[in-house]
Amino acid sequence: MSVAPVEIERPETGQDTVADSPWVTIVWNDPVNLMSYVTYVFQRVFGYPRRKAERLMLDVHHKGRAVVSSGTRESMERDAQVLHGYGLWATVGHDR
Amino acid sequence: MAGFRSTSGGVSARFSAAEAQLLRDLVAQIAELVGPDPAAAAGAEGPGGAGETPGTQAPGSPDDLAGMLGALDGPASPPDDPVLARLLPDAYRDDPEAAGDFRRYTEEGLRSEKAEAARQVLGTLPERGGRVRLSEEQGQVWARSLNDVRLALGVRLGITEDFEDQLAGIGADDPRQPYFRLYDWLTYLQESLVRALW
Repeated sequence: MSVAPVEIERPETGQDTVADSPWVTIVWNDPVNLMSYVTYVFQRVFGYPRRKAERLMLDVHHKGRAVVSSGTRESMERDAQVLHGYGLWATVGHDR
Repeated sequence: MAGFRSTSGGVSARFSAAEAQLLRDLVAQIAELVGPDPAAAAGAEGPGGAGETPGTQAPGSPDDLAGMLGALDGPASPPDDPVLARLLPDAYRDDPEAAGDFRRYTEEGLRSEKAEAARQVLGTLPERGGRVRLSEEQGQVWARSLNDVRLALGVRLGITEDFEDQLAGIGADDPRQPYFRLYDWLTYLQESLVRALW
């Protein structure tokens, strides 16, 4: 289920704690939302180009989840709120 | 029906009277479902039910007061109804406290956003059906509202990723069969709308 998306390898600094890792918005797979609709929502909400939106949608579909945005906790909560308005199953957390 | 198609100013689709009434009924149910949380509207602080509490101290209309309380301090726990819980999901997966805080500040807004989308669909879909012409903005509102209806129906019907298999496995005499067909129609409608909006 919760296979993490591909992450960029970072050198070990010893400071890579939860508090230091950025906040992210995660979208989870669900059986109702259409692939076309999810792609459309990513384009519309984040202004992502269609290819990027489709790649994220496919991550959600195949891996069960995808990180769709990252930033401050406040802005991630705003993103989750907007995505809930569209009916997507979004949560805020750390990218681990 | 042929679903939605692009027009110069947005999107359009033609609905029969039966289709329009069916869709209006479903959308109205969503509006009612996501309407103000009864627990919050009754004054969430009183465990015994606000209706029995005599003489509140502050003067003024109880309706206004209830609305104000709802805006300041919404519910902290997810709704019991699984359909509502899906429409108003937790924003934190492993942190009930953060999820509760988020819900307190956002749930009322999300409820009214969804209710408003439903009202806009009802305002643009004539009861007798006919051709519906929508601007791109209106089409986007329709897409959200149709999605809410599908989410609600999907939870009630126990829809899985293998919907086609589920549909094929249901006999014509199964009482759930009309609802699965309805869900299938809504899927078609929403898919055509998204493609027309792209």
